[in-house]
Amino acid sequence: MHIEVKGLSKSFGDFKAVQDVSFGIKKGHLIGLLGPSGGGKTSILRMLAGLEAPTAGDILFHGKRVNDLPPQERGIGFVFQNYALFKHMTVFENVAFGLKVKKLPKDAIRERVQSLIELTGLKGFEHRYPAQLSGGQRQRVAFARALAPEPQLLLLDEPFAAIDAKIRSELRTWLKEMIERVGITSIFVTHDQDEAIEVADEIMIISKGRLEQKGTPWEIYKNPETQFVAEFIGESTTVDNVAALHGFEEAAAWTGTRGLIRPEYIEIGKPGEITLASATMRGVVRHIHFRGSEWMVELEIGDIRLITYRSLEKDVLKPGDPVDILIHRAYLFNESDSWIMENKLKVDPMPVII
Amino acid sequence: MRRLWIGLTYAVFALLIVVPLVKIATGSLEDGVSGLLDALLRPEALHALMMTGIIVVFVTLINTVFGVMLAIYLVRAAWLHPRIKGLLNSIVDLPYAVSPVIGGLMIVLLVGPDTALGALLEGAGIKIVYALPGMVIATLFVTFPLMVREVMPVLQEIGSQQEEAATMLGAYSWYTFWKVTWPSIRWGVIYGVVLTVARTLGEFGAVLVVSGNIMNLTQTATTLVYQDVENFNVVAANGVALVLAAFSVGLLLLMEWAKKRKEVH
Repeated sequence: MHIEVKGLSKSFGDFKAVQDVSFGIKKGHLIGLLGPSGGGKTSILRMLAGLEAPTAGDILFHGKRVNDLPPQERGIGFVFQNYALFKHMTVFENVAFGLKVKKLPKDAIRERVQSLIELTGLKGFEHRYPAQLSGGQRQRVAFARALAPEPQLLLLDEPFAAIDAKIRSELRTWLKEMIERVGITSIFVTHDQDEAIEVADEIMIISKGRLEQKGTPWEIYKNPETQFVAEFIGESTTVDNVAALHGFEEAAAWTGTRGLIRPEYIEIGKPGEITLASATMRGVVRHIHFRGSEWMVELEIGDIRLITYRSLEKDVLKPGDPVDILIHRAYLFNESDSWIMENKLKVDPMPVII
Repeated sequence: MRRLWIGLTYAVFALLIVVPLVKIATGSLEDGVSGLLDALLRPEALHALMMTGIIVVFVTLINTVFGVMLAIYLVRAAWLHPRIKGLLNSIVDLPYAVSPVIGGLMIVLLVGPDTALGALLEGAGIKIVYALPGMVIATLFVTFPLMVREVMPVLQEIGSQQEEAATMLGAYSWYTFWKVTWPSIRWGVIYGVVLTVARTLGEFGAVLVVSGNIMNLTQTATTLVYQDVENFNVVAANGVALVLAAFSVGLLLLMEWAKKRKEVH
């Protein structure tokens, strides 16, 4: 289903949960609504579902305004955070619920439920009650139940929040495959960036009720449009006095400009190890932490502190070791603007041609 | 020392509950089984028990329907301001705090024959005070919190997500209520019904004030016991009391069973 949202707002009393959010979603896409808890993601989802009435704005499905359409008529499947399975019904009855409401003939219901139970790998559990299932199985039942009436849009509210970390990644992959196979437009809410990056075709970052940025995970990582997005996605350190860093002196031209530097933008080496010596600056290792597959290194350049990662294959550094530090790029921002600046000294001013 | 306290506790329990019950049973059989039957088969006794029965049926039906509805609206209605909800919530408990006699008196003062409203209704042929409607209303006043208080916590505990899930699957409110909400609150409602029936059987103060206690007309089982005692007809009083006590014990057993089922679900 093609979805368009224009100027959507929702207030609860004085509290503005959602403010002027607009976006469009193409048919068949899997969208992740990502943002901190209490940022309005769930409110957007509930308004799309019709469980909450917008204070202002329009919701259009296939170009038709559906604001006044009751949730029963919208043709949307909804997977709730805690699954909200009907606990007095078996797995079969849960999945069949939406079909019984539609008054489908019994044979058709049985056929559809069986095929969904097979699709979701719940065969053999048809006659169990939700209380007798594991978290992952309940999640699958909720998914099958939502899909049963053949909705055109699937909404998932924190679908993995109640599942322990180990099964979570397995289930993520499963869900992504399942949604691709069914080919249904889907929107899911999460506060976990790894989850959003891994599962979603496109991410919408929501903070304080506003849509900060919409794009593919790679676009958002590469070109964050706001400071919030830059800080929220990936790891980073904010540097107040960014002009003090070698290669970023030009930043001083904009007063009040600060820099955001990701660990992966930084290259370090023992003195003399980095060939682009002119672009490097000397710093000191403050701490090192073993992170399983690499070292996390805390650096100090004057009063600026940065973090980066170093491969286990390279020489192990010790706290207090002097190191050469090359910062490839920084994400600069001030009150009014934000942009990405490359290290100006990386381009050798006096190339020696051999 | 500890044994003394345990012994004392059991003594109080026996003195307050077991001894009166035994006394009622033996008292009613003082003149043998035939004496008990005579007491119960008096026309006024049969009529009083019938009145009690009629009141139980009306009160239970009305209290169940409106109690469940009020519980749902108090818990689920998002359109009610939380402060209004809080106010309504406290008003529900009012009958617990107000004496039933005062509850009955309020009805007499509102729609009694001496009031404008009462006179108007009486002119239209509707008698409320000193008639069955007033007795039902008075008993409703007393029993109102019972159902609401049983169903509200269950509704709060199950939350609204299952109902919302049903909505998203295309079910409208009536279907959702019967297929999703009802199975969850069922045992709470049954528990509430049992409490309501028990309370209605035993209601005395409010009914006495409203009914006027007219023999063969507005007399209920409890007010008949009161009158029999006043007339020193102790055997008859014990007989009717025994019937009421037997019903109560039966209800208590039913209540225990319902409570267990409620905890399971």
